[in-house]
Amino acid sequence: MESNEPGRRRFLKQAAALAGVGVGAGAGADWAARGQAAKPEVKDSHLNDEPLRRGVPSRRGVRMSVDHITYYTPLQDYNGIITPANLHFVQQHSSHFPEIDAQTHTLTVHGEVDRPLTFTVDDLKSLPSVSRVHFLQCHANSSPFQHGAGNANMGPSVQYVHGMTSCSEWTGVPLSVLLNECGLKKEASWLVSEGADPGKFTHTVPLGKAMDDVMVAYGQNGEPLRVEQGYPIRLLVPGWEAPFSVKYLSHIKVTDQPFHAWNESMNHSIPRADIGGKSRWYHFQFAPKSIITRPSAGLTPLKKGYVQITGVAWTGAGVVTKVEISTDNGRSWKESKLQTPVHSKAHTRFTYDWNWDGEEAVLMSRATDEKGDFQLSRFDLYKAWGLSDEDAMKPVRGAIHTNAIQPWRVARDGSVHDAMFS
Amino acid sequence: MQCSLKVLVPLMILAAPSVGLAQAPKFNVGTPLSQEAIKSFDYMIGPGGQQLPAGRGTAKEGAPIFAKRCEVCHGQNGERGVLRRLVLGAPGKPRQGPFKAEERDSVAYYPYATIVWDYINRAMPVPKPGTLTHEEVYALTAFLLYRNGIIGENDVMDAQSLPKVEMPNRNGFVPAVPVYPPEPKPSWW
Repeated sequence: MESNEPGRRRFLKQAAALAGVGVGAGAGADWAARGQAAKPEVKDSHLNDEPLRRGVPSRRGVRMSVDHITYYTPLQDYNGIITPANLHFVQQHSSHFPEIDAQTHTLTVHGEVDRPLTFTVDDLKSLPSVSRVHFLQCHANSSPFQHGAGNANMGPSVQYVHGMTSCSEWTGVPLSVLLNECGLKKEASWLVSEGADPGKFTHTVPLGKAMDDVMVAYGQNGEPLRVEQGYPIRLLVPGWEAPFSVKYLSHIKVTDQPFHAWNESMNHSIPRADIGGKSRWYHFQFAPKSIITRPSAGLTPLKKGYVQITGVAWTGAGVVTKVEISTDNGRSWKESKLQTPVHSKAHTRFTYDWNWDGEEAVLMSRATDEKGDFQLSRFDLYKAWGLSDEDAMKPVRGAIHTNAIQPWRVARDGSVHDAMFS
Repeated sequence: MQCSLKVLVPLMILAAPSVGLAQAPKFNVGTPLSQEAIKSFDYMIGPGGQQLPAGRGTAKEGAPIFAKRCEVCHGQNGERGVLRRLVLGAPGKPRQGPFKAEERDSVAYYPYATIVWDYINRAMPVPKPGTLTHEEVYALTAFLLYRNGIIGENDVMDAQSLPKVEMPNRNGFVPAVPVYPPEPKPSWW
């Protein structure tokens, strides 16, 4: 009977998920939000489901709906630039994680190639490998209104607002190696990748990027990929929206035109006022961004005197060259220290020594990257998108690529608050 | 051996461009597979619809399937569900853009009708994707296109007709044709 167990458990969870749709109608069908800082040692603070609980510490925000599983990285507790694999954010577009046997799982490359080939996981591991440090970020990260703002169970706002970014050392085989083995036809210009998860997640990738720095990853921070990160293999598309990095990778079809899968054509496109209400689609690269993770809203109140301001910055364009700090609401800026080495398309840790005098202060960070791009304020960013200051404060679903400067307000009692949304 | 090297180097230079076009496998890893084998799993349906399988369906045939398999989440006729409202507009009255962000779930928003077939076939119904027949997927696709005012109730959707359906929001996307590398734009773009 043991072999029936996972199936039965999955059935029970699905039944619960469907029941939750009815119950949670008013609350966006969320049926669980648990596990915040109060009692990090508590067991079973997450869902009572083994595949979900595997390797997942209790101290993290989890949101579940019938078609999504979301974990937020606790940025407030994160040091350096490597996110522990079990704290990596998750945005799973299905009701459960697939349990895949690495011995039988394969990756098939076909389409506009001379030699369609199927690779076992062992085949992939036998090819030249690379290890590189790269961030991943959900394109909807930092859009507080759609991610449980005001929900006390979701933890401090730096986690639930900005926690859909993480950074790992990824190990795998460059995709260019596999495409060369298959031999690209001259018509080849795009590809579409497909996962083996329940909804067979698909995403289009232009061939130029695929041949540049994309890898098929099987390792994360020195260990095999975690189940929730795509075990046994995933695509890793550095610097771009995380949905490009398809998990549980099973098929790559090389095509002669954009494939227009559901995700990039529909789900991840966004109507914008600055282009007359038409929708911006095929977003690729992330603009520079930085977040002060400590101090930040809801953490331990500050005491007068020395305070280290720290956080992470990243950009899809390459390396972060500068992170400036303001402690006076953006009137003056001073450069922070960057932890070295600084990796390309990776989280970059910054620190700044500050002496708090006990007066009210507003803390901000502003990243600049190797292309000279830098972060805008929320109002300037929304203005660029054709929206007013009022619009910028409205609970609009679907704000994406939000890389606005995040201000934290320090009150006289040392408590820290979100200066934009509280 | 000096002589042969002198001959070899120009030959290598001449050979270089053709190496770039038709790459030879370097590692001989991986198992070749036949076109028949590919057909058995390749249900990735692009805008041209070339990979669409045999089968057919109409909105009329799709209605009872929708009620049985889809209504629990998407509501009656796809209009009032707890998840993703699939229908805006009405039969004969397609909803025109611009759309709001929260209206993107409607099939009226999709740029290509083939995406509807592809997505139902691969990902629906949650939590048991892969349990619909190709005929049922055609019928459900027809049903959603009909309820959104895009086709008629008795229009047959199959591998030939589906890619030809003109979607009202086809030109609602920027850039009109996705290009890589993208045009130089400010980073917020």
